[in-house]
Amino acid sequence: MSAPVSQIREPLITGHKTYHQITEDLISPTEKTPSFAWTVGFIISAIFLGLYVFSVLWTIYMGIGTWNLNRTVGWGWDITNFVWWVGIGHAGTLISAILLIFRQKWRTGVNRAAEAMTIFAVICAGQFPLIHMGRLWMGFFIFPYVNTRGPLWPNFNSPLLWDVFAISTYFTVSLLFWYTGLVPDFATVRDRAKGFRKKVYNFLSFGWTGSAKHWQRWESLSLILAGLSTPLVLSVHTIVSFDFATSVIPGWHTTIFPPYFVAGAIFSGFAMVQTLMLVTRTVLNLKDYITIEHIESMNKVILLTGTIVGVAYITELFIAWYSGYIYEQFAFFNRVFGPYWWSYFGMMFCNVISPQLYWKKSWRRNITLTFFLSIVINIGMWFERFVIIATTLARDYLPSSWSYYSPTWVEICLFLGTLGLFFFCYLIFTRVAPVVAVAEIKSILKSAGDQYVGKNAVHQHHHGDEHSEVESH
Amino acid sequence: MANHKEVIYGLYNDETELLRAVKAAKNQHIEIMDVYSPFPVHGLDPILGLEESRLHIAGFVYGMLGTLTAFLGMTWIFTKDWPVIFGGKPYWSVPAFIPITFELTVLFASIGMVVTFYIVSGMGPGITNNYLDDRITDDKFCIAFDKSEVSESDAQAFFQSTGAAEVNVKHIN
Repeated sequence: MSAPVSQIREPLITGHKTYHQITEDLISPTEKTPSFAWTVGFIISAIFLGLYVFSVLWTIYMGIGTWNLNRTVGWGWDITNFVWWVGIGHAGTLISAILLIFRQKWRTGVNRAAEAMTIFAVICAGQFPLIHMGRLWMGFFIFPYVNTRGPLWPNFNSPLLWDVFAISTYFTVSLLFWYTGLVPDFATVRDRAKGFRKKVYNFLSFGWTGSAKHWQRWESLSLILAGLSTPLVLSVHTIVSFDFATSVIPGWHTTIFPPYFVAGAIFSGFAMVQTLMLVTRTVLNLKDYITIEHIESMNKVILLTGTIVGVAYITELFIAWYSGYIYEQFAFFNRVFGPYWWSYFGMMFCNVISPQLYWKKSWRRNITLTFFLSIVINIGMWFERFVIIATTLARDYLPSSWSYYSPTWVEICLFLGTLGLFFFCYLIFTRVAPVVAVAEIKSILKSAGDQYVGKNAVHQHHHGDEHSEVESH
Repeated sequence: MANHKEVIYGLYNDETELLRAVKAAKNQHIEIMDVYSPFPVHGLDPILGLEESRLHIAGFVYGMLGTLTAFLGMTWIFTKDWPVIFGGKPYWSVPAFIPITFELTVLFASIGMVVTFYIVSGMGPGITNNYLDDRITDDKFCIAFDKSEVSESDAQAFFQSTGAAEVNVKHIN
């Protein structure tokens, strides 16, 4: 808080808010009856969720044969969706953990919703490996529990098992981090509520009082959880990429995969955060808290990570050629010009070319363009995973077993269904919890509110004097 | 906190006023019971004389416990309990153990610290703690005195001189 604020920094909270107004603005969406837009969104999500439940039951009842996987293409839309959803989750942790460590104040406007997005995205991701098992009810076999068969253990040397540990740790830690941040805000909701609602929020707020010692521990805990989440989030997509990179399949067996997957994950995650934030700030009227400044900052991250991804694609092609190894060369030639050429070019266009528009400042600050591009990027990142998985598997060493894979209606419905699951959870979240971290916004008001910094500042000097006197660090 | 207490507390409108008042109380050697605020007020801890939280030490211990559980667990399973050769690799293939060892380190440290945080703070699902005023989680900053240690007249005088917006007395259990 006491860190000097650059004069050129734009305010992150507009509208000359007081502490009480912040409470009103951020808590009231949970207290009012839902808006028409919310209700429509919720009904649509619920329908898609229903479709999901039906497709899962159909898959379990009829078997995995209802998918179009075949002898060489053993992973199709399912694992594509898995990787896509896990990747989306990464932006939430980046915002909540890495930006906390870097003391980026703009994270406070979006971290709560982004963390919620992480949790729901990881829930969606986790569905696919489980359904893919076919016998869903034996899913617990993946965990090393003491059993009556020896005990017989899972293979700890397998990247698929590393994934089990990575995803479940990631989910648990993200949930703990998110909830710990929510506790003080639930207390704010509790203190405004009456009757049954008060009881519910009293339970959810864990008996929070706002005592100085609790805040001190809370800040210490948040910082350490951020410190732990930072390597964790990098490890999660690294391990997801190991699913491919530790295999001996040309096109998968590449050392560039871990950094390339992590950059792609953050890229797609930020695109999803943009999609959600642009809708949320409009529907819940949070434009004073999620400002153009926030959107521009996120677009800068999208530009950076999109460019890293682009460099990775080109490096892959170069290394394949440079290796002098014909199977590797063929794998990449096939990716670009093979039967799935359309997905490769879709990926290149959406992920590498489209974010380059963000070099122009006015375009980074254009809401319509941002919304449109955020969806384009999400489609592009889905294509990326499909390119890696399907094109590689469809052309293996034996031309006699080459095949082509396209999904059945069940696979398509499963994917659309997880979108329903995701938005269903997110919409409930916007009704139950404040979507912007109330306490954290209040803590940056004096250093980022537009009455203190920027063009419209009214008590800037006054504020500076006060703080140099009382603050020690 | 278990026994019956009478608390006199003053509410301030701004954290700078709160910090000034806490400083004044320290200078006048008035025993502060607790300070409550809607968000973490930076610079408060040293004035209040709060020691640094030791939660990070607990976190380190839990993390180490996770590291050892994972690494020794996998070592025992793959060298003693049920050795299996995977792809001609040694039983004790340390590099392959690194990802899971790392994940469990993070998992143990996080769960352990969060649980410790709630236990030492006397919080948890279903727990109701006494809080002095509904507006403390909104926009009021509060200094509380225990009436058995600070007389009401002293407290009133203190709150008046430091510009508290409101002074109240409350019984808490």
